[in-house]
Amino acid sequence: MNIDLLVNLAYVVSAALFIFGLKMLSSPATARKGNLVSAAGMLLAVVVTLLNSDLDYRWIALGVAIGAAIGLTAAYRVEMTSMPEMVALFNGFGGIASLLLAWAEYHQTMNLTAFIAFVAFLSAFIGGVTFSGSMVAFGKLAEIIPSRAVVFNGQRIVNGLILLTAVCAGIAFSIDSASGYPIFLFIVAVALVFGVTSVIPIGGADMPVVISLLNSYSGIAVCAAGFVIHNNILIVAGALVGASGIILTRIMCRSMNRSLANVLFSGFGAKVQKAGDGPQGEVRPATAEDVYYILEAAGSVAFVPGYGLAVAQAQHVVRELGDLLEANGAEVMYAIHPVAGRMPGHMNVLLAEANVPYDQLVEMDDINSKMDAIDAAVVIGANDVVNPAALNDPGSPIYGMPIIEAHRARTVIVLKRSMSAGFAGIQNALFFGNNTRMYFGDAKASIQALVAEFKHADS
Amino acid sequence: MEAAFLTFVFVLSIFLGFELISKVPSSLHTPLMSGSNAISGITLIGAVASVREGNTTVAIVLGVLAVALATVNVVGGYAVTNRMLRMFKKKDKREAE
Repeated sequence: MNIDLLVNLAYVVSAALFIFGLKMLSSPATARKGNLVSAAGMLLAVVVTLLNSDLDYRWIALGVAIGAAIGLTAAYRVEMTSMPEMVALFNGFGGIASLLLAWAEYHQTMNLTAFIAFVAFLSAFIGGVTFSGSMVAFGKLAEIIPSRAVVFNGQRIVNGLILLTAVCAGIAFSIDSASGYPIFLFIVAVALVFGVTSVIPIGGADMPVVISLLNSYSGIAVCAAGFVIHNNILIVAGALVGASGIILTRIMCRSMNRSLANVLFSGFGAKVQKAGDGPQGEVRPATAEDVYYILEAAGSVAFVPGYGLAVAQAQHVVRELGDLLEANGAEVMYAIHPVAGRMPGHMNVLLAEANVPYDQLVEMDDINSKMDAIDAAVVIGANDVVNPAALNDPGSPIYGMPIIEAHRARTVIVLKRSMSAGFAGIQNALFFGNNTRMYFGDAKASIQALVAEFKHADS
Repeated sequence: MEAAFLTFVFVLSIFLGFELISKVPSSLHTPLMSGSNAISGITLIGAVASVREGNTTVAIVLGVLAVALATVNVVGGYAVTNRMLRMFKKKDKREAE
């Protein structure tokens, strides 16, 4: 049998395994197996590719060994709280691999048809933007560079001009690729610059959207690379990833009631409301003992985690407190807002790490429908996603955003470092509510104090 | 003609992707993202196929870099997804451990 046919049939099997793997991700019970099925598909695709003739195995082995060592080390060392950075980093590597692949192909065969030259341009450009954009996102998430939105006058015009330049260069390259080597290098440079200038104006809390979008870019870059080397499996896999990124982007935007354009271009969060603006009122601080009495008497408790939970690494103590409350006879739930944290599903991963069973995690709509019956809502490091201004203040920048309506619970306990404003730069009326008690301090230390109160009461 | 065929595959795959991904619950969005990210490392096979005998030095350097970076994406992506998904447990299973 002809090797080429065998290889291509194996690719069909790989594509089927990717599809089954993604299908199994639709339930937490089968998700882990699904990931392994998908990995098996990848292994099969790589192994059969090695059957191609004329490959230089020494260099391939070197590349694979280096990559696998780095990938495994990073994957097993990373803290769950740093998962968004890790995903951004891996995503960037995928992007630059597409760029390098297009480059290597072009370097070997300079004389491309106009169509192939154009897709090579797309692969290199989108791959380059994915890489440098992901690196900026990584820097912001890891707080190596300031995570707030960096904006300057005429930013949109500058970005528009860069994009226009890239498209013109791409067309020039497609028309005459044989002598287009300098243009190709220029495109690579422009792509790297554009990735930086397009992600830098986006603030930290909008990162869930950016990571989702970069994820879809990396998929599209892979698709384009698939066109360059006439390979179906790259096109299928790239399209699946591209679709997944687009869907996540849409869900994230909808959860903030903002358009994608607004997230990408508005420099949201760059301005901070001045002290004295916004809702005012009396704050009712509470001590650990006060909070203990409220929780001890509560029949139902809903935790509302936000990015502050990740920063304080408080997921384990929260679970400990949840267990104590359950032992005390209370019903315990964890209410998860879709954009809480720095990437889609961030809170779910942290709570899963702390051994919180996933059937205790409740989505926004489900918790809101029973919020009136909840005795205590404990807000941990969340701000904008529980701000009632989103419901009742048409002048607020977050008006219309769906929120977890914690203010409707009988008592609200807010754990917070200080009275500073949230990412959107606006004060939160929740903090001044009649049924709200503010419990100031580091989230982890505060919850540890509560755990100590419960244990003390037991003994 | 080949371009049309590839585009055909591309368009159908996009529709398939939308169908598959819209069924993933929001609690699994992080593993979905890192898992699909690992799939996008499929560029690895293109990179492997580009490292041929008799390539120029520049092409070898580009090819090996592409292989290494795509491998980081693939191996790291699947490993970290597996690590995350191992933690998702139901209540009764948690007690058993």
